[in-house]
Amino acid sequence: MSKNLDFVKFDKVDKSYDGKVLVVKDLNLDIAEGEFITMLGPSGSGKTTCLMMLAGFETPTNGEIYLDKNPISNIPPHKRGIGMVFQNYALFPHMTVYENLAFPLKVRKFQKDEIDKKVDKALSMVSLSGFEHRMPGQLSGGQQQRVAVARSLVFDPQLVLMDEPLGALDKNLRESMQYEIKHIHESIGVTVVYVTHDQSEALTMSNRIAVFNDGKVQQLSSPDKLYEEPVNSFVAEFIGENNTFAGQVTNMSKDQCKVKLSDGTEIIANPVSVTSNGDKTTVSLRPERALINTKEKMDNNFKGKIEEVIYHGDHTRVRLDLLGNKEFILKVPNSSANMDIKMGNQINVSWNSHDARALDPK
Amino acid sequence: MSSETGKILTTDGIPLEVSLKKAERKNKIKAFLLVAPLLLFLLITYIFPIGDMLMRSVDDKMVTEMLPKTFKSMEKWDGKELPPEEVFESFYLDFQKLVEEKRDGKLSTQLNYTKNGFKSILKKLRRKAKNFEEGNYKEQIMAVHKRWADVEYWRAIQRRAPAYTSQKYLKGIDMYKNEEGKIVSVEEDRRVHRILWLRTLEIAFFVTLLCFLMAYPIAHLLATLPMKYSNLLMICVLLPFWTSLLVRTASWMILLQQQGVVNDFFVMIGLVADDSRPEMMFNKTGTYVAMTQILLPFMVLPLYSVMKTISPSLMRAGKSLGGTPFVAFWKVYFPLTIPGIGAGCLLVFILAIGYYITPALVGGASGTLISNQIAFHMKSTLDWSFASAMGLMLLAGVLAIYWVYNKLVGVDNIKLG
Repeated sequence: MSKNLDFVKFDKVDKSYDGKVLVVKDLNLDIAEGEFITMLGPSGSGKTTCLMMLAGFETPTNGEIYLDKNPISNIPPHKRGIGMVFQNYALFPHMTVYENLAFPLKVRKFQKDEIDKKVDKALSMVSLSGFEHRMPGQLSGGQQQRVAVARSLVFDPQLVLMDEPLGALDKNLRESMQYEIKHIHESIGVTVVYVTHDQSEALTMSNRIAVFNDGKVQQLSSPDKLYEEPVNSFVAEFIGENNTFAGQVTNMSKDQCKVKLSDGTEIIANPVSVTSNGDKTTVSLRPERALINTKEKMDNNFKGKIEEVIYHGDHTRVRLDLLGNKEFILKVPNSSANMDIKMGNQINVSWNSHDARALDPK
Repeated sequence: MSSETGKILTTDGIPLEVSLKKAERKNKIKAFLLVAPLLLFLLITYIFPIGDMLMRSVDDKMVTEMLPKTFKSMEKWDGKELPPEEVFESFYLDFQKLVEEKRDGKLSTQLNYTKNGFKSILKKLRRKAKNFEEGNYKEQIMAVHKRWADVEYWRAIQRRAPAYTSQKYLKGIDMYKNEEGKIVSVEEDRRVHRILWLRTLEIAFFVTLLCFLMAYPIAHLLATLPMKYSNLLMICVLLPFWTSLLVRTASWMILLQQQGVVNDFFVMIGLVADDSRPEMMFNKTGTYVAMTQILLPFMVLPLYSVMKTISPSLMRAGKSLGGTPFVAFWKVYFPLTIPGIGAGCLLVFILAIGYYITPALVGGASGTLISNQIAFHMKSTLDWSFASAMGLMLLAGVLAIYWVYNKLVGVDNIKLG
């Protein structure tokens, strides 16, 4: 079976609640069959609205959404056959786990023995066999979450939407649930649209990530590309840690440019969204790409003063005053070679111009 | 180890339990003192009057106290034939004492309640008794009137011996103890109270139903509308609370009377002819309309407080899982509102069953309830013991409803807010 590359298609979708502000602006997004796509963005960026439009609880103000090539704007939610996991699980508190899972099957008029079989299968998938007769209130947060996932999958939907499903869990549980959901996705091949504001969650789980801000998709790409090659300063800032220098492009060539900072120094950067001399820019550099006292040859070498040292066990975070940026962060791996990191010391910092991405000004 | 001996000691060697009690005693005393005024208030204004009512409703000491010797000597009498001389003698002595104290009139009234015909023979006895000779009172009393030789009359006296009676309660359900001591219903055309009880239940039931049907959508709106609209709506719901009950009832009288606003409107739109305006006041319709309106907030508020806690995502979940809006409502939303429905219905039903002012003002003859009958006996006939008996029967009814509700739904499931 060839994969359907636009299984879900947002076509020029606009959404406004009050007729004044567009919450979603001209959204075009294709989601392939079997894909795990995450909508990532700060709150109010329109990602949940997109999910609600897909689920049918909101209607697009303009444009159309296609599911498997069929427009769905006029189909009510209960006829779309889309599974959904809600933010606070939305388990029915007056029903047992079994009844919760059987609900979508009963409304579809399945036979009793078939319901039993499917509920059994779904519960074993989230390793909760034997919990059929518990009430949701008797389960821990993680268990409720798993029931919610099982319920959204029990009627074999082709598409499952998840609206910040792990938001209410503590850190450890959240991480293990991330893997669990990822494994379920891999084993049954369902298409998942996942909404979160937690970037590490998005990076670990997704095939592709759509970064939302201000009602628009800022970048849509795989997690590694998103982290390594952000296309604008919002994405660079939002995904992972980031050191920035504001400046002006002075010497533009094909794959390198010089950027003059406010204190007069020039650094060599990789022109991503600048085109000509004189453009204002923000240069973005990941903390782990800058090295201290390295013997490697790199085209940016500067001296900085250590302002703060924070011990993190496996690594040490060092805050530097470098080229006028007092918030320059370095991650130094914890090894015996780096013992001279003390507050007030001057150290050499170097990085490759390829990793310093000259993006749009903030 | 101290735990091996079964007692855990504190570091000072005092048993833990003792130490804990000591530590908590002060708080317990404080807590008690805080609730003491309320407890006292309840005791004086609620528990004590109810106890007094209970006593009053079964109290039948009057005759018992007037004929102490008679009843004592009657203890051995089997009631089959005429009582022995001893009874006649003690009755004569009791009666003479009453005559001296001028209380014989009361006795004759009381005995006449029990059996007709006592008034005249007691009068005659009083006249003749002055000339009685000592000894053989049986002969002498029987000679006064032939009824004194009738065993029925002596049995009637004996029936008044117990200091307590259930007579008022029987009267409350249109029954009485006949001369053989059997409990029977009064004649069909004299049964007033049963009709009233049934009507009270009927009106309370339908008012509860009407309130529920109207309050459910309102409460749902209140719980789901955005804050600025729901606040306004809430004020509309609460507005009747801020208006005097009498004013509200009186305005219903203005609206519903035959020449009233509602009837005028019906005539205007041609629903009814001008000369056949329906009577909506001083009958059951008036009671229904006014009581439903007045009790509506008591249904809305518990429903609202429960609906407020139901996350809107539950309905969404129901729909996204494939339930039609109706299925999602019926299987998911409705069951979650049952605690509120229970609380609201119980509240409205209990309030309705004892409702007084509104039915008294707008009910007319066919719309009055049992509470109006109680008030009637309190104020007009001054039969307080009967009023107390009916009041207690009403209380017992309410408790019974509460018990049934507890069995069916569970009081723990009530949510008043």
